[in-house]
Amino acid sequence: MRLFRRELACAEVVEVITDYLEGKLSARDRRRFEAHLTGCDGCDAYLEQMRQTIKLSGRLREEDIPPELEERLLVAFQSWKPA
Amino acid sequence: MQPVETSVVEALRAGDEAAFTRLVREYGASMLRVAGLYVGSRAVAEEVVQEAWVAVLNGIGRFEGRSSLKTWIFRILTNIAKTRGQREGRTVPFSALASDAEPAVDPDRFFADGRWASPPASWGPEERLLGDETQAVVDAAIAALPPSQAIVITMRDVDGFTAEEACNALDISETNQRVLLHRARSKVRQALEDYLE
Repeated sequence: MRLFRRELACAEVVEVITDYLEGKLSARDRRRFEAHLTGCDGCDAYLEQMRQTIKLSGRLREEDIPPELEERLLVAFQSWKPA
Repeated sequence: MQPVETSVVEALRAGDEAAFTRLVREYGASMLRVAGLYVGSRAVAEEVVQEAWVAVLNGIGRFEGRSSLKTWIFRILTNIAKTRGQREGRTVPFSALASDAEPAVDPDRFFADGRWASPPASWGPEERLLGDETQAVVDAAIAALPPSQAIVITMRDVDGFTAEEACNALDISETNQRVLLHRARSKVRQALEDYLE
């Protein structure tokens, strides 16, 4: 039987997960979300996978600009440079 | 303007090469990656980055600090990249309409009442995720995204922009940014699941 204040369904959880991670759920929805996760291994695993996905994207970051491009930019800077 | 930014801006205006080099090293790699998502090739992306820095230098005298310096630089970059992409017949639509529904997860994985029929399983210990092959899967999944989604996830999750920085750099609403990020992350997660299970 469906309760009056119905629980979130798993199919809804996966759609509001970014709102949750971005802190954009209302306090009430956040509580519903977290209550659902406590009792749902599938959604709990899904949230963990989402966190791991974000972390793995972050590992693609390259810190260094190619040296030959940096060189070209410096040349451009020198010709711009106020006298 | 933040005090640190004021000193960087003043140094640039004064023609301080060391200050310019520091800024190029801080944002250059990220600018090149973002530019590449608008245009067709690495060579053109490099030209876009160069053009953007020249525009930054030419405009620095008028920079008033209403946005952060970083946001301002990326706003210039994305405008130049957009124009350049259009010239090559590539446009990047940023409107994420609610009507073009893209479910985060294949609806077949849920029962009619919305509960998981085939729930995701844990990917196991973190070490398993740290290999080069897993990284290549993430890289390919981002490259396969529609450009607007690829640009948003690159700014947010690869380069660590805040939501506000990404919105301002791209001139899109916060909601739009979040929808694009959601779709992008959902697809990259799916690609990882396909690979890991």
